[in-house]
Amino acid sequence: MALNKEQIAQRIAQEVQDGYYVNLGIGIPTLVANFVREDIEVEFQSENGILGMGPFPFEGEEDPDMINAGKQTITALKGASLFDSATSFGMIRGQHVDLTILGAMEVSQNGDIANWKIPGKMVKGMGGAMDLVASAENIIVAMMHTNRAGESKLLKKCSLPLTGVNCVKKIVTNLAVLEVVDGKFKLLERAPGVSVSEIEAVTEGDLIIEGDIPEMKL
Amino acid sequence: MINKTVADVSEACKGVSDNMTFMLGGFGLSGIPENAIAKLVELNVKGVTCISNNAGVDDFGLGLLLQKHQIKKMISSYVGENAEFERQMLSGELEVDLIPQGTLAQRCQAAKTGIPAFYTPAGYGTEVGEGKETKEFNGKMHLLEHAFKADFAFVKAWKGDTAGNLIFKGTARNFNPNMAGAAKVTVAEVEELVEAGELDPNHIHVPGIFVQRIFQGEKYEKRIEQLTVRKK
Repeated sequence: MALNKEQIAQRIAQEVQDGYYVNLGIGIPTLVANFVREDIEVEFQSENGILGMGPFPFEGEEDPDMINAGKQTITALKGASLFDSATSFGMIRGQHVDLTILGAMEVSQNGDIANWKIPGKMVKGMGGAMDLVASAENIIVAMMHTNRAGESKLLKKCSLPLTGVNCVKKIVTNLAVLEVVDGKFKLLERAPGVSVSEIEAVTEGDLIIEGDIPEMKL
Repeated sequence: MINKTVADVSEACKGVSDNMTFMLGGFGLSGIPENAIAKLVELNVKGVTCISNNAGVDDFGLGLLLQKHQIKKMISSYVGENAEFERQMLSGELEVDLIPQGTLAQRCQAAKTGIPAFYTPAGYGTEVGEGKETKEFNGKMHLLEHAFKADFAFVKAWKGDTAGNLIFKGTARNFNPNMAGAAKVTVAEVEELVEAGELDPNHIHVPGIFVQRIFQGEKYEKRIEQLTVRKK
């Protein structure tokens, strides 16, 4: 069975380690916070200016001066800090943030990512995505393996305008966990019940398949 | 103490005219200079360039200036959630320069702190980098980005004093401290204006030297864009 969005987030949460500062993008990445192990200490950064972001506020306790980068009302955890935008991106560019998780429209086998613009359609902007992908050392992409038309989103070369080049390290889709190695997608894990050939059939980019590919453990 | 206080938003906006470049603080609708925006709508200045992370929503924030066709060009990182913006952009009435958010913040900070230009890796290899000078540092490619030039910076703080010192609250801080001092004239509006000496100098986020005019905003709506809550 292919994973649903919660399960993709659940699998990515396994990559989050004790002591990590993590920036989560909008969409599936936001869900990752719900699945991080409770026995480790992790701080979430939101690029509009908070480290130590907590859950949504209780009904009636929302504060218009406390939002995340998706403009949702949030809370601050104990030990949180607040700062301006230049400081926030200083953390990002200065590689103080350990892990960046974001969505994508396309990823290429050399680690390029496209996630901000579809020519001819409304362009909303890149927000902080270009700064994040250009600087982060550890980038995980969370996305569906194919687009709505059923076409592969893991490509030899991105067709859409790029957000960053040679930056994606790992990709978790509804079908597989893959790593960008030597300009190819190395297949690391399969979704439970999904065969290697099913993954090959919907991956346009070159795959490295070595030995038995284990199923993901959720 | 040098007194930066002006009587009201009208006095604070003195000298504003057509075709100027404005910086406006805020992220989404959080921490936006609501009173200055309302005044700019009333003054009906035209042909302005706005440097602001977002463009408001249809009936609030910079969306109010868009409704009246006052904006010639927007320089932002993200401009969703605004139908009128989309219409003007697609019809070519509105020029839009989309730039990475960290670059936007740093171009403000550079203008504020006397740095004419700087290198950043953000946008290298993308259309953002087209036509820009590039340079390799430590094996990585970077783009040369320049400090903004603006006529007015409109910022919003939680508390301020008559010396122009500012304190922010929550994530409403965002771009405001980076824009304060980044234009020829910085106008700060605050929810609560107190006498110099009443704020603890240890707690000041923006020193008054970066602010030319300060006033207490008449009212703040502080609209929430995405209300997300959990049950008790």
